[in-house]
Amino acid sequence: MATLSLRNLVKAYGTTEVLHSINLDVAEGEFIVLVGPSGCGKSTTLRMVAGLEEVTSGEIEIAGRIVNNLEPKDRDIAMVFQNYAIYPHMSVRKNIGFGLRTSKMPKPDKEARIDEVAAILGMTDLLNRRPAQLSGGQRQRVAIGRAMVRDPAVFLFDEPLSNLDAQLRTQMRLEIKKLHQRVGSTIVFVTHDQVEAMTMADRIVIMKDGHIQQVGTPQDVYQTPANMFVAQFIGAPSMNMLPGTVRDGRLNIASMTDIAFPFTAVDGYDITMGIRPDDLRIGGEGTPLFEATVSVLEPLGSETLVYADIGGHEVIARASGRTPPALGDRVTLVANPEEIHFFDTNTGEALR
Amino acid sequence: MTDIRASSETLLDTRAPVKRDYTQYIRWLLLFGGGLLMIMPITYMLSTSFKWPHEVYNLNLIPEEPTLDNYIHVLEDGRFFRWFINSLIIAVITTISNVLFDSLVGYTLCKFKFRGRYIIFIAILSTLMIPTEMLVIPWYLMSQSFGWLDSYWGIMFPGLMTAFGTFLMKQFFETVPDDFIEAARIDGLNELQIWWTVAMPLVKPALSALAIFVFLGNWTAFIWPLIVTNSQELYTLPVGLTTFSVEQQVEWELIMTGAALATIPTLIVFLIFQRYIIRGVVMAGLKG
Ligand SMILES: Nc1ncnc2c1ncn2[C@@H]1O[C@H](COP(=O)(O)OP(=O)(O)OP(=O)(O)O)[C@@H](O)[C@H]1O
Ligand SMILES: [Mg+2]
Repeated sequence: MATLSLRNLVKAYGTTEVLHSINLDVAEGEFIVLVGPSGCGKSTTLRMVAGLEEVTSGEIEIAGRIVNNLEPKDRDIAMVFQNYAIYPHMSVRKNIGFGLRTSKMPKPDKEARIDEVAAILGMTDLLNRRPAQLSGGQRQRVAIGRAMVRDPAVFLFDEPLSNLDAQLRTQMRLEIKKLHQRVGSTIVFVTHDQVEAMTMADRIVIMKDGHIQQVGTPQDVYQTPANMFVAQFIGAPSMNMLPGTVRDGRLNIASMTDIAFPFTAVDGYDITMGIRPDDLRIGGEGTPLFEATVSVLEPLGSETLVYADIGGHEVIARASGRTPPALGDRVTLVANPEEIHFFDTNTGEALR
Repeated sequence: MTDIRASSETLLDTRAPVKRDYTQYIRWLLLFGGGLLMIMPITYMLSTSFKWPHEVYNLNLIPEEPTLDNYIHVLEDGRFFRWFINSLIIAVITTISNVLFDSLVGYTLCKFKFRGRYIIFIAILSTLMIPTEMLVIPWYLMSQSFGWLDSYWGIMFPGLMTAFGTFLMKQFFETVPDDFIEAARIDGLNELQIWWTVAMPLVKPALSALAIFVFLGNWTAFIWPLIVTNSQELYTLPVGLTTFSVEQQVEWELIMTGAALATIPTLIVFLIFQRYIIRGVVMAGLKG
């Protein structure tokens, strides 16, 4: 059963369409992450679900009701904003309780609910403080608490961690994930950080220019990217892309290597081969793919990233931290054939 | 907090041997002169209010024989009390009205996107360019046709809202993040509640400034109240005080006494609201 469904959702500002027919079903209790580059329409999608932006066409269904024409407060959602949106002139208690302001709940019940939420978030001692007396992480927790008190069907998060420093971000990421496991509510989380998406999501929705590129579990989108955009967007460092041409059933890359091409294609067809730095190793088992010259080394401790040059194309490969090659070395790059991705260069679509 | 400490430390560290900067003395001298210029009339007002009539044209600062007679005279005169109350009623009502309605309109112009918004804003702003003196005659004709002459309403109506106040509030509401408003909308508050519970508290410093401006402006207003009122009972304090002069001769000592008493409410208003202004500035400075 889907708690949230988007059907042919379109958003236009004036004559410019910024979201083109978005379709998505979110299951009860699912943690969905919308990810994509800046301006791809993540916030717009979320704000339409929240009711802050009018729907141009299409339908939004929350918990079995079409909510297109409902006020935000009647949609059974709560939203956490990037800038927290907690009120500087109110105490933490008031801020958390703000979500209950218009509810008909008796006052003692409200107080009890605020205390319960504060306890879950470990903020009981901070209830009487003002936001100015809190750290960034604590402010973010207040914002989450404020969303939680109403116990909504769907939580919406719009880049809630982007104002935090790297360490705190990692910590809050974990906390939100734990919270989700504990409370079990449906979450739609927007971010432009693919690491955040990979680590938190049950399913990832990758967007670009107002189109959904792929929907799938973190493994899905990592292992079987639907197109070149997804392949390069997910995973860091990003996937090596080597354009080539098909000749006699083999793929000719960088006019020096040719590789068995597992699909049938007419001669002269443009194909891009993709391979993740993680899957491209120096020496060891696997099919030898390229001879390359090491141009830059980036030691990361446990392993070393090797930037190598193959006939004018730079690729990133991985070597063990103990026995890295030296600059200028000629090395052989190997990979397992099943870890190689092929894309149609003209459409960008993955060949399956 | 830490920021402030850090910056003051760096200030101390960089305190290199100070070069004698003589332009500084000139600056002080100018400021001193300016201060003197401001304080002179007030000093003379106070001094004159303690003088006997025969001493008024004597420009000495300290009265030869100080007296409280003028104060007793003015306070015993029932008219003074009446005018004082009139002024107070008018200034308080216009202040409340401006704080509420200027901010309502300012908020609407700032936070709602609707057709014609910009035109309305420009229209309001452009009225700032028309001086009161030019408006007095239309106001008078209007009051006459509506039967508002010689009434509180007649005195107050031109000042119940001001273009300046609307402009000021619109600019200040720009500093309230849209997220704050949308979050409240999601939490189910209606637009009026959002304005009152979320937006208004965040612009308190601006409201204080507006309150001071409007109160002072109406408390000291002279031309319009003079024109629109006929009966002495409806005079405001500034208008009333001048009547001390029309009978036979100008009674400066009484006018000055009235004026001295008239400054008291303005001082009180300023002291009350100034605290908020300063606190507002401090709060803004400390915000993460
Ligand atoms: N009020 C508006 N009027 C016109 N265009 C808009 C408006 N709001 C957003 N857009 C456009 O809609 C597109 C999607 O914007 P949106 O804010 O959803 O992007 P986003 O994916 O959230 O990006 P970011 O990661 O930068 O937040 C952008 O191209 C933006 O320019
Ligand atoms: Mg956004």
